[in-house]
Amino acid sequence: MVLHTPPSPELVESIIPLADEDLSRKDYASDVDTRWCPGCGDYSILAQMQRSLSNINVAPEKMVFVSGIGCSSRFPYYMNTYGMHSIHGRAPTIASGLKLSRPDLQVFVITGDGDALSIGGNHLLHVLRRNVDVKIFLFNNRIYGLTKGQYSPTSELGKVTKSSPVGTTERPLNPLSVALASEATFVARSYDTDPQHLQVTIEQAARHHGAAFVEILQNCNIFNDRAFADYTDRDVRDERLLYLEHGEQMLFGENKNKGLAVSATGLRVVDADGPDAGLILHHDATRPAPDVHQLLARCAYPEMPVPMGVIRQVTAPTYGDYLDGQIEVQKFKNRHDITQLLRGRSTWQVE
Amino acid sequence: MTTTSPQANGSGGASAPIQERDRVTVRFAGDSGDGMQLAGNRFADATAVFGNDFSTLPDFPAEIRAPAGSLAGVSSFQISFSKHQIFTPGDEPDTLVAMNPAALKSHLSALAKGGLLVVNEDAFTSGNLKKANYPSNPLSDGSLDDFRIIKAPITTAAIAAVEDLGLTTQNAERTKNFFALGLVYWLYDRDLEPTLDWIEQRFGRLPNIAEANRRALYAGHAYGETTEIADAHVRVPPAVLTPGEYRTITGNQALVLGLITASHLTDLELFYGSYPITPASDVLVELAALREFGVRTFQAEDEISAIGTAIGAAYGGGLGVTGTSGPGIALKSEALNLAVMTELPLLVLDVQRSGPSTGMPTKTEQTDLLQVMFGRNGESPLCVLAAKSPGDCFYMVLEAVRLAFQFVTPVVLLSDTYLANTAEPWPVPDITQLDQIDVPYRKLEHIDPEDFQPYARDPDTLARMFVPPGVKGLEHRIGGLEKSDISGDVAYSPENHQRMTDLRGEKIRRIANFIPELEVDGPESGDMLVLSWGSTYGAVFTAVNDAREAGHEIAHAHLQYLNPFPRNLGDIVSRYKKVLIPEANTGQLRMLIRANFLVDAQGYNEVTGQPLSARLLTAAIIKMANE
Ligand SMILES: Cc1ncc(C[n+]2csc(CCOP(=O)(O)OP(=O)(O)O)c2C)c(N)n1
Ligand code: SF4
Ligand SMILES: [Mg+2]
Repeated sequence: MVLHTPPSPELVESIIPLADEDLSRKDYASDVDTRWCPGCGDYSILAQMQRSLSNINVAPEKMVFVSGIGCSSRFPYYMNTYGMHSIHGRAPTIASGLKLSRPDLQVFVITGDGDALSIGGNHLLHVLRRNVDVKIFLFNNRIYGLTKGQYSPTSELGKVTKSSPVGTTERPLNPLSVALASEATFVARSYDTDPQHLQVTIEQAARHHGAAFVEILQNCNIFNDRAFADYTDRDVRDERLLYLEHGEQMLFGENKNKGLAVSATGLRVVDADGPDAGLILHHDATRPAPDVHQLLARCAYPEMPVPMGVIRQVTAPTYGDYLDGQIEVQKFKNRHDITQLLRGRSTWQVE
Repeated sequence: MTTTSPQANGSGGASAPIQERDRVTVRFAGDSGDGMQLAGNRFADATAVFGNDFSTLPDFPAEIRAPAGSLAGVSSFQISFSKHQIFTPGDEPDTLVAMNPAALKSHLSALAKGGLLVVNEDAFTSGNLKKANYPSNPLSDGSLDDFRIIKAPITTAAIAAVEDLGLTTQNAERTKNFFALGLVYWLYDRDLEPTLDWIEQRFGRLPNIAEANRRALYAGHAYGETTEIADAHVRVPPAVLTPGEYRTITGNQALVLGLITASHLTDLELFYGSYPITPASDVLVELAALREFGVRTFQAEDEISAIGTAIGAAYGGGLGVTGTSGPGIALKSEALNLAVMTELPLLVLDVQRSGPSTGMPTKTEQTDLLQVMFGRNGESPLCVLAAKSPGDCFYMVLEAVRLAFQFVTPVVLLSDTYLANTAEPWPVPDITQLDQIDVPYRKLEHIDPEDFQPYARDPDTLARMFVPPGVKGLEHRIGGLEKSDISGDVAYSPENHQRMTDLRGEKIRRIANFIPELEVDGPESGDMLVLSWGSTYGAVFTAVNDAREAGHEIAHAHLQYLNPFPRNLGDIVSRYKKVLIPEANTGQLRMLIRANFLVDAQGYNEVTGQPLSARLLTAAIIKMANE
């Protein structure tokens, strides 16, 4: 039952509440001192968020950051917008109630790998499934930062941490796979040390009509330093990352000399100048079936290049579209006379 | 299609002289599939139209469809009706309708000696007797000699009445509840008309079924009329109620109407986040059907999410409400504390049920009082109210919403299974006579940003300056970390935490200045006070009056405000030599009264899953009065 057709991208642009005057990055920064460890990846994410919002020129009074608990979840304090630093794992629920009752607000959720995938796993699943129009940014450092270095649901099997002195005994979740399996309509990945890419990804998420899920690889230099360095370091990036662009070929490598093609078991790397060059896939983020998107989400170092960018973006009515549509329809179809409601189906008179 | 009826009105036949009584209590009991709730509700409607005051008590098994004929599958519906105002569905029935052996087995102990027993003799087959663990047939072994008994072939007579309609055997048999109902209508001189109207409304589109139910109803009525039933034809004259327009209402219906009315009186859209749980689910279900009132219901993935969404809606400036029962409150407690710390206007409905753990999901108890008072980490004061009757649920929702906004605080409203399902006549409120509910942030939205401090407080109420997102220049952040007084910034200083703890406590205490003082029914001081709260009001009121009739001078006071208490409560409890606190728990209010006022209050406590028995309570009151 589709009550509304989703708005066009142009309309979405017009839905984002814009400021009257031109705002700079500084206008989105609060005067609260940041409390992250020096060198923490969160600093860069904060800066890119402020830049992205100023690029779009969002009205700060219409922006709300809702976060859970963790180092990452301190984020709202540093934004000169409205915000709520809530409780561990529950930010998607608060964001849902807020967005559904206040469709005029832009609601961003800031969460960590423990916050979103451990204690709040259930809420993440359902906010994505429902396609509530909130944008979720998961800062994945593959560790519990705030509680000082225990393993998280994204820590690799066997990882030695404070709570796993001889290595973990559990397999990690892949956040993108979880998001795709939860029917997310927008799924993307970026990382803290590529400001340009991160800004663009945030802006793309902001403009999506519906729930957006962005995994941001974030370095915790205190408890899990260089967790992503093998493929995000400047000198190896080109070789080991795959920057996805909708409609473009999936090419990577120093002169874009490699590409991804379908194999019998999934995806494989082929030589862009070799005989199989013609088999290199074009990225279609809007493809309804999530098959190729799941294969991309599973691409991992060292066997495969690590995808960055928007993996999936499909249009679907949001929870709010349906809900507001029902309210409109029922208001039109039924009387809403409170006196009649109080009287109920039948009354009698006592003389 | 014509209806075959010897006589369509309920004015009674000539067989037995009609007797007058002040009050009668009837219990319908049968298998879950026998339609006892339906029969009971029809009887309640007919009773309302007739003009008695009444109160009903449905009691159903937790299993949706227990095996037919089993003890686990017995469902019952009790109704008490009177020519006077009444406040309980009655303790023991005068008449028990038992549709099968299991129903007889489960409910016979409630029937007083000499009581009237109406049984469906067709159902007393050896198979059914075995399922109910009867070694021999009680209808023939003499074990029922202490009762007056009407053995009616309810199933066969109902089938015979609808014989030529071409129904399936199953559908024909299903009309037996209407046959039983018709018989009871004759016994108590009820008019058939309201039920005939209902059948037409409900089954009009299935003319065959409608006709079958009509015929079964008439046949049952005729059976009463033509069978010589001695001393069983009884009339309870109409009650004298305050004039006006009345409807029937249950506690859960009243919660729903209260929420819609609160939305109207605040001019805010209602957001109701909830996860299904007996006995609170009805509220979600009924609100979901009221989208035309701008209601946003949200069936969350769990109770934590449910309260999270309600907090989100409250933070956004809406009417944010979540509703659940005891186990759900346990899950919500961390988020409820977030609402305490962020000081947001949030309403939480707790329709209590029998615990601990899953307990007895369809049975009643008052066992969440201490949970909602104290079941959270840290010093976490919030406002707690409790409804005293089904209709009172409506007014307590309005009161809870008023206080939530005025004091910018979460408020918990306690109801319970008994109130949720009990029906009573209710004067329909006039919406134009209800006061608007003030929403203070509306004035703050125009404040000069220079003058805005999110944790600056109103000098009288100590409510903080709450402004929802959207106002330019007032951007700020809130959260669960300790807040600095006035600025609301994150703060860890020892002095500040002490001050904020005190302020949060004092804010809730000051609510006492804005709620009514407690009223005492009876002597202002003296020998004995009975103090009650919540759904026991009816039983306690009745028991106190019965004790007074037995010659005891006893005062009664009933609490609807549990936190804070009315400001004169300490004074009241100290004016009597003895204080008795009846509760459907092991003494939760008593603990609070003793701790707060150092009075030696005694308890009368029943934790049976059933509402307090007024009769047993009367005896306890008299015993204590005599001590
Ligand atoms: C109910 C509850 N349980 C546990 C904690 C303790 N706690 C705070 S943050 C955290 C883990 C945070 O990890 P993550 O979400 O990855 O965030 P990061 O600090 O790494 O950014 C835990 C377990 C808490 N605050 N609340
Ligand atoms: S502990 Fe790690 S994640 Fe937390 S602030 Fe420090 S560097 Fe960042
Ligand atoms: Mg982490």
